Amino acid sequence: MNTQTAATTDYRVCNTTGLSVFYKAEFFTKANAVLAVIFLLIGAVAAILLALTRWSNVMLLDDIWYYRMLTLHGVNMLVFWIIFLEMGILYFASTTLLNTKLFSKKLAHISLGLMAVGAVVTNYIILAGQADVLLTSYPPLEAHPLFYLGIILFAVGALIVCYNFFATLYIAKKNKTYEGSMPLVTFGAATAAIIAVVALIHGAIALVPTFLWSMGWTEMMDPGIYRLFWWGLGHHSQQVNVAAMVAVWYFIATMSTGAKPLNEAVCRGAFILYILFINLAAAHHLLVDPGLSSEWKIWNTSYAMYLAVLASMIHGYTVPASMEVAMRRKGFNKGIFGWFAKLPWKDPGFSAVALSAIIFGFIGGITGVTLGTEQINIMAHNTLRIPGHFHATVVGGTTLAFMGLCYYLVPLIFQKDFYLKGLARIQPWLFGGGIVIMSLGMSFAGTYGVPRRTYDSDFSGATLETGFDPVAHIMLGVLGIGGVIAFLGLLLFIVLVVAAVFFGPSLKGKKMPTWQSPQEQKMTDDLISKGYEEEGKDYHVKTPGTVVLVIVFLLSFAIYYFANWAALADLWHIR
Amino acid sequence: MSIFHPTGNWFRSPTGAERMWIGMALFWCLVMSITMPWWHFQGKQNAPSETYKVEPADFIQRVSQFVEAHQVGEVNNVPIVEPPPGGDAYLLGQMWRWYPVLKLKKDQTYRIHVSSADLQHGLSILPQNINIHVIPGYDYVMTITPTTTGEFSLICNEFCGIGHHMMTGRIIVE
Ligand code: HEM
Ligand SMILES: [Cu+2]
Ligand SMILES: [Cu+2]
Repeated sequence: MNTQTAATTDYRVCNTTGLSVFYKAEFFTKANAVLAVIFLLIGAVAAILLALTRWSNVMLLDDIWYYRMLTLHGVNMLVFWIIFLEMGILYFASTTLLNTKLFSKKLAHISLGLMAVGAVVTNYIILAGQADVLLTSYPPLEAHPLFYLGIILFAVGALIVCYNFFATLYIAKKNKTYEGSMPLVTFGAATAAIIAVVALIHGAIALVPTFLWSMGWTEMMDPGIYRLFWWGLGHHSQQVNVAAMVAVWYFIATMSTGAKPLNEAVCRGAFILYILFINLAAAHHLLVDPGLSSEWKIWNTSYAMYLAVLASMIHGYTVPASMEVAMRRKGFNKGIFGWFAKLPWKDPGFSAVALSAIIFGFIGGITGVTLGTEQINIMAHNTLRIPGHFHATVVGGTTLAFMGLCYYLVPLIFQKDFYLKGLARIQPWLFGGGIVIMSLGMSFAGTYGVPRRTYDSDFSGATLETGFDPVAHIMLGVLGIGGVIAFLGLLLFIVLVVAAVFFGPSLKGKKMPTWQSPQEQKMTDDLISKGYEEEGKDYHVKTPGTVVLVIVFLLSFAIYYFANWAALADLWHIR
Repeated sequence: MSIFHPTGNWFRSPTGAERMWIGMALFWCLVMSITMPWWHFQGKQNAPSETYKVEPADFIQRVSQFVEAHQVGEVNNVPIVEPPPGGDAYLLGQMWRWYPVLKLKKDQTYRIHVSSADLQHGLSILPQNINIHVIPGYDYVMTITPTTTGEFSLICNEFCGIGHHMMTGRIIVE
């Protein structure tokens, strides 16, 4: 590696990768990861209660607690769990991968404090029953001021982490702690951080005035304008999640198979597309809103979204293709899919990432682009099809990838080994499988028009009665069963991680134990240690397996997309 | 390796399967980008965009005038109102009902003004599964032509307080 510029007391050399791990940054990676898992647990308790309430034969909670838990679940999962873990990734990607110290320890402490206080305050006020406004807090619904304040504090903290991240990139460049360009994983993390800044600015424009209004100091913000800016936060954060998830895909692909990005220019170009072409696509949350012209909606959906979709489709090729090349170079050359069967499926880090890519692409991505089409959205807006979609992106995709990352984070950063490795091996399948079942249940119930965010799908007690087809109720049962399975998978993850981090055998001074056979691990190590020495040598290895996979993907996409147009054509005429 | 820094000039334009896939993906994105505006002109189902600013109190008043002028009956104490074919109709979302019940004729076109008296609501016409978002202060005009007959339920699919899951309404098409 490089010549060190930092004192040897500032860092340790990782026994597995040979990279330098800086103690101060390591502390913040750990602290953020621990907080992430705590809020994940709160979100998970709410999750199972929600799943058992939407299951219309069970209806566990009463109405008030359903809406309260829905608020709690949305906020803890989509904001606190995901963002705390992302902050951990930023600390890791900016220091260890660039071989540099953290820019400012003080700022890191301040940001951690703000985020922790913000998260606790928000949780408190939700559970105290003073903020039953759901994650989106659309005015004129009004929560206790502490709800907005908590989220604002958290967001300011996250903004400071991003600043610290960019400053660290800057000092690394200035001190020349690495040669050449930054690693792809850091590039992906930087993409996420840039979009996060844009997201947080939109969030401030929506939430600061709303906080002032809840204090009684100003007038209410126009609810239509609020939606525009709130989704500037909500939508961009999802792009942060995608960029961070893809960075994790590349990271785990390297660590578990020895894969190397086939073409740095293509992978980086795809990240840049995320930054350039996502910014106005918050439109797809507002497609059936009043006050916006069709031209604005169509332009912002297709111009801005489809080039970001292109970027995801590129990553969807380059990640498996790089693994295919790595596997073929190890000699697994049999047929089109011989390499696929030999992938390190026994490594939960790997299987989590592989499932994440499949669920994100085949379910999350396809449904997302289709439902985000201006006209098709008429059949989907606020139905259960929407949570069906995003539980396949941010849960089956991002959350599962982050779980996979934790299977590496714990041995490499916490330097602790796992117990119950057999259970760890099935954990990604349990969680991923449960999420797929739940997501399908939601999506199919949604095609019958079953609404999201609604306690009683049958609207019993209403003056004008209504109700759903029995099949829709079966689908709500599927939702419930999938939810239970996913919950068990999630709980198992937390148990495994907590047991390892707090009680696990120490790995100090040792290499990370392999999940694969020793021979396989040796081949992977060999590929990794060659690094960039043979730049370009493997670019001509053919990837027929990946080509077949992506073509199947494209066909599924086209079929789903046009099937939705066909369904739309049956509706009443509307404009 | 994705965790190491590439040195030297690593720029390479894509070739082979990678280039082919980028081309296919780009082509597909273009297909989708064209389908949307094409349907906007050719398709019969498009998201409404006609909108006017309106004070909730004024809107409520227009709804009552509309009900008075065109009421033809009553169901469970909710007026049934039959707007003139081709004309304007009003639908008010309020905590927690869609008011009034509308009686429409198949294959006739109506301009239905939808707005809210209080919070945001989601208008969902079932089992059609047509959904639009309703925001107080905005008069959202949905120009609609029912192509099937029967009784259709309206529900609310945006959270609007504790009675949200009891917020319903009805459209009758003859
Ligand atoms: C065991 C895993 C999980 C289960 C069983 C689960 C289940 C559910 C259910 C039943 C709903 C309510 C849908 C409705 O009635 O409208 C919901 C909503 C939601 N979930 Fe999950 N979920 C899980 C994990 C997650 C994770 C990890 C995230 C984010 C990273 C997440 C994000 C959300 C969001 C944003 C909502 C919407 C909240 C709202 O409408 O305001 N979920 N989930
Ligand atoms: Cu979005
Ligand atoms: Cu409602």
